[in-house]
Amino acid sequence: MSLSLEARQLACERDGRWLFRGLDLTLNAGDVMRIEGPNGSGKTTLLKVLCGQIVDVEGEVLWQGEPLRRVRSELLANLLYLGHGAGVKAHLSALENLRWYQAISGDQVSSRDCELALARVGLVGFEEVPAIQLSAGQQRRIALARLHLTPRLLWVLDEPFIAIDAEGVAALEQLLAEHARRGGAVLVTTHHALERIEGLRSLRLAGEVAAA
Amino acid sequence: MRQEVRSLDPLDSPGLLRARSSGAGLGTALSATLKRDLLMVTRRPGDALTPLMFFAMVITLFPLGISPDADQLALIAPGILWVAALLAALLSLDGLFRTDHDDGTLEQLMLTPHPLPLLVIAKVAVHWLVTGVPLALLAPLLGLMLSLPEGSYLVLSASVALGSACISLIGAIGAALTVGLARGGMLLALIVLPLFMPVLIFGSGAIVAVIEGGAWLAHLAILGAFLCVALMLAPWAIAASLRVSLHD
Repeated sequence: MSLSLEARQLACERDGRWLFRGLDLTLNAGDVMRIEGPNGSGKTTLLKVLCGQIVDVEGEVLWQGEPLRRVRSELLANLLYLGHGAGVKAHLSALENLRWYQAISGDQVSSRDCELALARVGLVGFEEVPAIQLSAGQQRRIALARLHLTPRLLWVLDEPFIAIDAEGVAALEQLLAEHARRGGAVLVTTHHALERIEGLRSLRLAGEVAAA
Repeated sequence: MRQEVRSLDPLDSPGLLRARSSGAGLGTALSATLKRDLLMVTRRPGDALTPLMFFAMVITLFPLGISPDADQLALIAPGILWVAALLAALLSLDGLFRTDHDDGTLEQLMLTPHPLPLLVIAKVAVHWLVTGVPLALLAPLLGLMLSLPEGSYLVLSASVALGSACISLIGAIGAALTVGLARGGMLLALIVLPLFMPVLIFGSGAIVAVIEGGAWLAHLAILGAFLCVALMLAPWAIAASLRVSLHD
């Protein structure tokens, strides 16, 4: 079963302002889509609507052709979401953080896999260090290690490049392209150009004022 | 199922990704969350000790403020012990979901395919284990200080243990409702304190009953009934409150 996420005539209003209106979107296997727009244009809100976190919007979201409100748990079982917060517990080590993620996502917990994933994001030697002692970029890398650790069809990444150095950005762009090649799909908000990704699709949220 | 998941692991095979079905691994998720939260407590024991210190301090104030006379203190001891335990538990409720909310792990917990009402039980259980149970163990010691009559100490512990479980469950609803607010602590107290009244009445009632030779078991039974109802209904209310707080 390949992947299909579809939005039909989405409209979301916040404080008398339409963040987006009449928005249509289709995401299939192999797509990498970048959501663009100025600050406050509703990029994060759109991501949350598309993965079922925000439901009080007009329009419809379909996962594999079924309305999201009916198949929400199926979508969540195939989703990897990295939000604004890194989702890393400051007083736990990188390894302990990842093991928790493995457990709550229903995968078999394996320290070896966690260590391998941490190695891939350049955190060799920092596995047992409490996250609070790591830099912001390193904490972000713990979150990014989940991309290597838990295989999911749909990646929804909200500003994943924050605090990541140039080398890390290149590696992450490559990872996104690789994920798309393997039949996954990526929704990402970022101000980076993502030049290394072929066939990058873009969606621009302009933001418009609601008619009074 | 597990075999299929393993073969999809990108660390082992760079093959094509396939869709997964939901539903597996709820037990693992519950025990992992329970263990993680307990581990957090061992890393920051101060957070768990503060309510206990508060409980002890408040109890110490009463003999100083009223009178060190044993007869007078014994009269008001059941009520004082219970009110202080209740306030101590309330003090720790504000942090129940706040740290998880701030670092983004609460959002991740809500994005698992597992039912949220069950996952929050793990968090509430940890709150009770590190607040309610120690309060119940400490209460007899402080009861001694207030000249609580002999023979009522076991009932005191039992009533605080049962009652604090209700407080953890009911209080978690308020904690979930106020998690998105910058200064939710005061509002939390206003929301949940009225809901604690029945627990307080029957909790201190059990101790008074055992001192006066009444039917203390009936009071404990009612506390147990409260706990059963709270266990059935509170998880749904907590989950719904979290959804409201995070995605309004």
